[in-house]
Amino acid sequence: MPELVILRDVQDSERRHIEDYLKVGGYQTLRKVLLELKPEQVVDEVKKSGLRGRGGAGFPTGIKWSFIPRNVDKPKYLVVNADESEPGTCKDRVIIERNPHLLMEGIVMGSYAIGAHRCYLYIRGEYYEQAQILNRAIEEAYQHDFLGKDILGSRYDLDVYLHRGAGAYICGEETGLLESLEGKKGWPRLKPPFPAVVGLYGCPTVINNVETLAAVPRIMERGGDWFASLGSPKNGGTRLFAVSGHVNKPGTYELPLGIPLREIIFNYAGGIKDHKELKAVIPGGSSCPILTADEIDVKMDFDSVAAIGSMLGSGGVVVMNEETCMVKVLLRIAKFYAHESCGQCTPCREGTTWLKNILQRVNDGQGRPKDLHHLMGIAFNMIRTTICPLGDAAALPVRSFIQKFRKEFEYHVHQKACDVAQVMV
Amino acid sequence: MPTLTINQKSITVPDGTTIIQAADKLDIEIPRYCYHPGLSIAGSCRMCLVEVERIPKLQPACNTRVSEGMVVHTNTEKVKEAVSGVLEFLLINHPLDCPVCDQAGECYLQEYYMKFGLYESRMDENKIKRHKAEVIGPHVILDTERCILCSRCVRFVNEVSHSHEIGIFNRGSQSEIRLLPGKVLDNNYSGNVVDICPVGALTDRGFRFQCRVWYLSETNSICPGCSRGCNISIHSNRQRPHHAEGRRVVRLKPRFNAEVNHWWICDEGRYGYKFIDDPSRISLARVKEKGEFLVLTLDQAIGRAGQKLKEALERAGRDSVVVIASPQLANEDLFVIRKFWGEDLGLSQIDFRIPNQNPARGDDFLLRADRNPNTRGAEAILLDENGFDLTQLLRREDSRKFQLLCLFGQDLTKKLGVPWAEKFLQQFEYVIYVGSNENETSALSHLILPSATYAETEGTFTNFEGRVQKIDQAVEPLGDSLPTWETVSKLARALGYGYDYDNAEEIFGELAERVVEFQNLAYEKIGDSGVEITDVSKMQVK
Repeated sequence: MPELVILRDVQDSERRHIEDYLKVGGYQTLRKVLLELKPEQVVDEVKKSGLRGRGGAGFPTGIKWSFIPRNVDKPKYLVVNADESEPGTCKDRVIIERNPHLLMEGIVMGSYAIGAHRCYLYIRGEYYEQAQILNRAIEEAYQHDFLGKDILGSRYDLDVYLHRGAGAYICGEETGLLESLEGKKGWPRLKPPFPAVVGLYGCPTVINNVETLAAVPRIMERGGDWFASLGSPKNGGTRLFAVSGHVNKPGTYELPLGIPLREIIFNYAGGIKDHKELKAVIPGGSSCPILTADEIDVKMDFDSVAAIGSMLGSGGVVVMNEETCMVKVLLRIAKFYAHESCGQCTPCREGTTWLKNILQRVNDGQGRPKDLHHLMGIAFNMIRTTICPLGDAAALPVRSFIQKFRKEFEYHVHQKACDVAQVMV
Repeated sequence: MPTLTINQKSITVPDGTTIIQAADKLDIEIPRYCYHPGLSIAGSCRMCLVEVERIPKLQPACNTRVSEGMVVHTNTEKVKEAVSGVLEFLLINHPLDCPVCDQAGECYLQEYYMKFGLYESRMDENKIKRHKAEVIGPHVILDTERCILCSRCVRFVNEVSHSHEIGIFNRGSQSEIRLLPGKVLDNNYSGNVVDICPVGALTDRGFRFQCRVWYLSETNSICPGCSRGCNISIHSNRQRPHHAEGRRVVRLKPRFNAEVNHWWICDEGRYGYKFIDDPSRISLARVKEKGEFLVLTLDQAIGRAGQKLKEALERAGRDSVVVIASPQLANEDLFVIRKFWGEDLGLSQIDFRIPNQNPARGDDFLLRADRNPNTRGAEAILLDENGFDLTQLLRREDSRKFQLLCLFGQDLTKKLGVPWAEKFLQQFEYVIYVGSNENETSALSHLILPSATYAETEGTFTNFEGRVQKIDQAVEPLGDSLPTWETVSKLARALGYGYDYDNAEEIFGELAERVVEFQNLAYEKIGDSGVEITDVSKMQVK
């Protein structure tokens, strides 16, 4: 069993209450960080750890923190992205439910590192119970002097506020999130300026994913070098892989970055259910290009998955067996993005619905000869032209599904039926 | 001051300039829908994507600031492909109802399709049905099927008019422009959203179905609605006289002037043109005989006016004649009035100021409380040291009768109220009204001379800041009407004075020589954006 980092001490239990967290040495590292280290030293340690953003983009966290200007009069903010909405992803939820104080400790360290005295925790509206858990954790942290004024006698102040989203996927995009937090419609912002310079309320802001911040106390406890050694080169630490679909043991597994996808599916998730064959895997949430059964020897780190044309994304591994109709799956994904497109910029607003409509026809047995060609072309026109990554997220699956399962799509178009369904009959 | 190249052309621009601004300076066309220089950057239409060397992704030119040594391409295959793709997305749900759309001919969907599109349609799905032909305010009608959601109108009501009536509702392809609950697009700047709408989503209720835009001629002018002097373009239809119920001037559009009105005009000014082709226009001279107005030829009327004037002067002298000019008149008209009545005839009772019993209000943007375009010019040209004040005359109680009043265009009944105006006019043996439209005051006069409106003449107005701006002639004077300077010149000739001006420019030359505020100005140097007169009060302070 590989070493657990985030889920250490909570693999079989929950430590929602601060007493349970303190029992296993919780907040001890925070005391050391606040009283003995300068913010720059925290940033350096995180840089050394090779920690990369766990929300999906995989940007190096220490470098992101170092973009915050040090000598400005404006307040700085840490914003925690707990708007976990990527289909196939349920890792932040596990952290919040099992180890909310690990996140709280990471929040204080991260805020201290960037010089923020205010932190906003933005959680998706559907995570109602999780919001209550976090509210309680915040309250407990205040009571134990881990939040508020002059934390642990360090003269460092920090307040944390929890904000619940209202159910839009786009508010998980970091600048859409900032807009929503400011009380506006969740429309992603144009970049530049980047949030590190002009973020929440026009002030320097870091937006970090829950899993990212939860790794920070461990890094500060055992050192950046230790954390880096857990993963593969330039991909420090572990990841929480949320495995779903046709496997025997679906669930969230914490495993070192760089572990082969085959091992995740067959060793940890128990292989394919009912002794069926593996057909395809989405490696990191619905927006990532699909992998075929032949591609599962890929190492699950940001760079290796990117090298074969997909993305590690949010770590949501969706496994599909031989009886899965790829047209149906793609239609389901296309419906999601058409529903969630914010409508701000043209290619995504128009393209997502257009893709969905064509796929619906193909699925319904009303495909036309040019449909696949058009789907590829429309998706191509969405990639690289939108304000935020949602356009790419909607278009990349379309292109990869059709490229890798073209015969199946052609069968739908020409035979007006599903060959997978025929196999099943 | 970074230097960059766009399509191999090099330019040096101030810090903070965006690529689209630099390209505009180089006359390199970058297509745009959401970008408007008077509004914040939305960056959402994605039409202005360009290729910047060393940046892998295409960049929106509207939001990308230039940097030293930047190399930009707007015409590579990569850019063309992206722009044509974006245009296709904009058009898939567009109704393509150009034949019944007022915007056709000045629509940027048409324009850019011809320049950057020209692809074969591959849209086979049903188009999304939306709200059509919704009246959203007194002047504007909305067709959400034609809308491309560029958000210019939304930014306008938030950033310029600050009236916040409309927004984009719903999400994704269901997004639509809607009125905010309980709101109506009813503010004094609402017409501007029609101008900035790049497609036919927001059209003008008054202009709706009146005339195809390709029949329109554009003439530079100045809005006569207030002393701001907003720069406008008069759109007149001379090619299809049977359209728009025979109206020649069919709409006004704002014209950019960085010193005056930028891109905007108010609704009061925009829709204030209707008097030009109104049935109340005075197209022929008339004389009152036994209570009835009879038509005269212009020569007969001028002859009659000259005769009455001569009689008055002979019978009762210069102090028996009063002239009320108007701050609606151009500088050239006012100068000829001053020259003839004041200098040649030696009258001292010349004024243009009438106390308004119902004064108008201005706002904190463009509209000024003074609803006249040329008060500053009239002050400079007509008022002198002798200190004649019409107000004293209007308020006087003694019963001495005057011989003649020559009234230029001002409706006394409207400003003073009927009883006061009637009482004042009764002090005169004879009243000559020189104006463009009938009103209660003209009805009370004895002789009516038809004059051209600002759209039918050329000349200059001086705005409240002392900016002299040119008005050009958009349409011919109606009927026998003449520019006021020409009417006065004819009258002067009838009395034996040699007035042979050919045009406004000639008069302006003399004006610049004779009136100190206008010194050093030249007509041909006024250009499209105007020149400033000399501020005499400041001269004296020095």
